[in-house]
Amino acid sequence: MRKILLTLLTAGLTAGSLAAQHELTDGKYTKTDIEIGSRLYIANCIYCHGPDGDQIAGVDFTHTKFPRSRTDDEIVKVLQNGIPGTGMPAQTMPEPQIRTIVAFLRSLPASAGQALPPSANVARGKALFQGKGRCTNCHRAQGAGSYYGPDMSDIGMQRRIIELDQALSEPNAVILPQNRLFRVVTADGTAITGRLLNQDTFTVQLIDNKERLLSYQRSELKEFTPINTSPMPSYKDSLTAAERVDVVAYLLSLKGVPQP
Amino acid sequence: MKNAILFAFVTVSAAQAQVGYDRLLHTEKEPQNWLTYSGNYNSQRYSLLNQITPDNVKNLELQWIFQARSLEKYEATPIVVDGVMYTVQNPDDVVALDPATGRIFWTFSYTPSPDSRPCCGRLSRGVAVLGDKVFIGTIDARLIALDARNGKPIWNVEVDKPADGYAVTHAPLVVKDKVIVGVAGGEYGIRGHIDAFDAATGKHAWRFYTIPGKGEKGNETWAGDSWKTGGASVWVTGSYDPDSNLTYWGIGNPGPDWNGDVRAGDNLYSDSVVALDADTGVLKWYYQFSPHDEFDYDSVQVPVLADIQMPGTSRPRKVMLWGNRNGLFYVLDRTSGQFIMGKPFVKVTWMNGFDERGRPMKVAAAASSREGTLIYPGNQGGTNWYNPSYSPATGLFYIPAWEDYSSLFVKQDATYVKGQTYGGGGPRNVTPPVVAGNFNYRKEGEQYGVVRAIDPKTGEKKWDFPLSDVTDAGIMTTASNVLFSGGRDGYFFALDARNGKLLWKATMGGRVTSGPMTYMIKGRQYVAVCAGNALFVYALRQ
Repeated sequence: MRKILLTLLTAGLTAGSLAAQHELTDGKYTKTDIEIGSRLYIANCIYCHGPDGDQIAGVDFTHTKFPRSRTDDEIVKVLQNGIPGTGMPAQTMPEPQIRTIVAFLRSLPASAGQALPPSANVARGKALFQGKGRCTNCHRAQGAGSYYGPDMSDIGMQRRIIELDQALSEPNAVILPQNRLFRVVTADGTAITGRLLNQDTFTVQLIDNKERLLSYQRSELKEFTPINTSPMPSYKDSLTAAERVDVVAYLLSLKGVPQP
Repeated sequence: MKNAILFAFVTVSAAQAQVGYDRLLHTEKEPQNWLTYSGNYNSQRYSLLNQITPDNVKNLELQWIFQARSLEKYEATPIVVDGVMYTVQNPDDVVALDPATGRIFWTFSYTPSPDSRPCCGRLSRGVAVLGDKVFIGTIDARLIALDARNGKPIWNVEVDKPADGYAVTHAPLVVKDKVIVGVAGGEYGIRGHIDAFDAATGKHAWRFYTIPGKGEKGNETWAGDSWKTGGASVWVTGSYDPDSNLTYWGIGNPGPDWNGDVRAGDNLYSDSVVALDADTGVLKWYYQFSPHDEFDYDSVQVPVLADIQMPGTSRPRKVMLWGNRNGLFYVLDRTSGQFIMGKPFVKVTWMNGFDERGRPMKVAAAASSREGTLIYPGNQGGTNWYNPSYSPATGLFYIPAWEDYSSLFVKQDATYVKGQTYGGGGPRNVTPPVVAGNFNYRKEGEQYGVVRAIDPKTGEKKWDFPLSDVTDAGIMTTASNVLFSGGRDGYFFALDARNGKLLWKATMGGRVTSGPMTYMIKGRQYVAVCAGNALFVYALRQ
């Protein structure tokens, strides 16, 4: 009789048991969907719709105001086709990516309703950012500061209060993949730490704390290791709650630098 | 002088002889040409050309670029016949070029019907040739024959209705005097079919429905009327075995894709390979890779045919090699359809073995669900339509694979509306699946792409060449043991087919989403690959 090859697969790894680790949100999406959608929203949508999705009159994603669509499929269609006669262009990305934007839009109401207290002061926040907080040692904002860390010049267009507040208190809580630091050791033994700018199968690109744009062939590196903690200190204790509110107010005010 | 001109004319005429069926049968006699989408009928993507070797491949040099006037993914493999290259310009233009310089002889421009709505790209993966004609299937589900000398249409026939979701996106397959195409549209509730047309006139010759009709064997594998809207599309070119006169085609997913409740049963012949009599389209055998699929595991891979001496046998066996989107590598007897072997080539959790007849044993919990079910491989599969290769020189099967890749499959209600998408839910991401734009921030431990070499006698992995991102690039191998492939990060590279060692690389500046091919002009071997929106051609530095 013909021998049948029986295949034993990953023992004990049943589909059902793993599903629980990836619970869906109310909008039927995973956290990863929302995270990917967030990145795509920032890259493609935010300059018209704003970080809270409420920058265009009559449209407010945070409060589920989608004037032309109710279901997820309808939103996908709007994204795919654009809205003729308005500034809303058709998105050329594949449907699975478009759907992650819908996932992100559906997640917005959960974090709606935040507002800064009336005491929040942008000028004080700026002074803290440039002075006591020593933020410009790593970050750049409106043309001043270091290039080493992520540029804050338009952070007010990209992040909401809840996210900025968390980043100040718990900088390790969320580190976006594009903001990670890597340690490389070159063939001659030189060790360099830099923020990842890009990578591919054969090369990596970094910016180091001397603000140099560096590119390496992986084959020429002795070491290429991610640093999975943020070099940013927590400001939970070094700034007061009121000071953190001021810094958040300042960051929210950063809406980009006009193009020359 | 007059004689010299006459001689030159005769030489060119003789060199551009018609591509008769006998030439398609014996491509090994003219490795300087690349006469079909996959190189020849056995679809091995293996070339006998050996000028480029592991030792000298480092001397490859860019010869020319064809910049397509299209921003769509360039998934095509060109054809080269007697000093003329035929390729597409998305969606459905055909271009004839000088394969030594890239200069254009002619362009056929085509505007598809506005009714056309292919799910996943307004594109064509290539053309076919026979006699003095070039054939292209279009995204508005037509088949068009062009005059190979000037690109003028000779006939143009309907394959199906684009408004109902039908399209043709793959390169046709020519067998004898017929042109064979299948229809895409598995996300639109179509009823798939494969059709043959007379190459001379465009007259319809036969149709095979990939879902059996009422009263036909296999129809009972669809609950109620679900067979009428069950998908089972065809969007990658099949293969042909002249000894048995069978043509083999991979069939796509059942619809609605992610909700199988409305289509209880195995859903034949979705996610299957079908073997059809090339003259009549009559089904001779089938093998279903993924019965009652809810994970979009289209079996639209190119069937790779080879004669291999399997363990325990004294003679080479006529087999079919298949790296399936469902994550399993298969060896089937291509004469009878008998299951010989199946083994995961990536992480697989939806099944845990095969029964005596070679039917996969599904894990009980492996079903799409309202709350989401995590399954490996994910929706894009352990591989997809990306062209694999088999090298008789190394005896290895090479496959572009996605490793450690999963999706959370979510079931939702589905209502069929003609011409509308009919999915019934969809996959959700558990790790970021793709690189957005030009930047790659993939984290360690997340899914990755790999060029994987498998020994078809055992199903065991022989070597890996890992990539920084998942891959959509096909593979080609040569008699001199050079393997060509590429990746999403835009590299076109050469590996040693024996051990996976990197031999050469060049950056194309756009993702490689096609299968490479090779040809020879005036004693010089060229290698071509589509990446980004352009076709790049390399040869050894002179």
